[in-house]
Amino acid sequence: MDVTTAGEKEASLGREIQTKIGQQLRAVYDDVVNQGVPDRFAELLKQLEQSGAKGRAHES
Amino acid sequence: MSLDPSVRDTILGAVPSLRAFAISLSGNVDRADDLVQETLLRALANIDSFQPGTNMSAWLFTILRNLFRSEYRKRRREVEDTDGSYAESMKSQPEQNSRVEFQEFREALSKLPPDQREALILVGASGFSYEEAADICECAVGTIKSRVNRARTRLAQLLSIESMNDFGPDQSVRAVLVGSDSV
Repeated sequence: MDVTTAGEKEASLGREIQTKIGQQLRAVYDDVVNQGVPDRFAELLKQLEQSGAKGRAHES
Repeated sequence: MSLDPSVRDTILGAVPSLRAFAISLSGNVDRADDLVQETLLRALANIDSFQPGTNMSAWLFTILRNLFRSEYRKRRREVEDTDGSYAESMKSQPEQNSRVEFQEFREALSKLPPDQREALILVGASGFSYEEAADICECAVGTIKSRVNRARTRLAQLLSIESMNDFGPDQSVRAVLVGSDSV
């Protein structure tokens, strides 16, 4: 049936685009993820950890 | 405050993904990093309310999203920067063709309504399930599914229109495309 064929064509084109969208979305996202952890955040957590350790030392 | 090293490592491990999410929300790298920093401070201050065994990453994403919605959304409207700083966030230099494609895709992404973009990123890039994304966005699973579907459909429209432009449609075709877009 013509309608079905046309529908199937559209659906497969849709899938192709969807796959491409998925790939590009992850590429854009992973580009940032692959930058890793900027120093400021590692430093921040280190500082907080040290202040936490001091806090515990005072408590005991 | 006591910070268990394993908790610290889990939090640090989530930072790259939090940044990517924050950039997609705010469209601005500097603001995204401030947002991540606030998220870490907020998380550590409330670490006792985190339930061990549950998804730390989803918990952090929820905090970040709430911070963004309460403090950043209005400002984002004021200074929309969709391709400037986002483009600067790219450290790698892919081949020219894929770079152009990248740029087109980011622009299309930036045209999505925020709710749809956020749902698409959480499910399609951050790797959360529909259920987890629904928890993060505090809405029904069906709402997330529908937002993701609408986001994909809209992106497909935007990208196919852009690729048609690459073939240089004449002004009348362009007018039809622009017209159909605004209906």
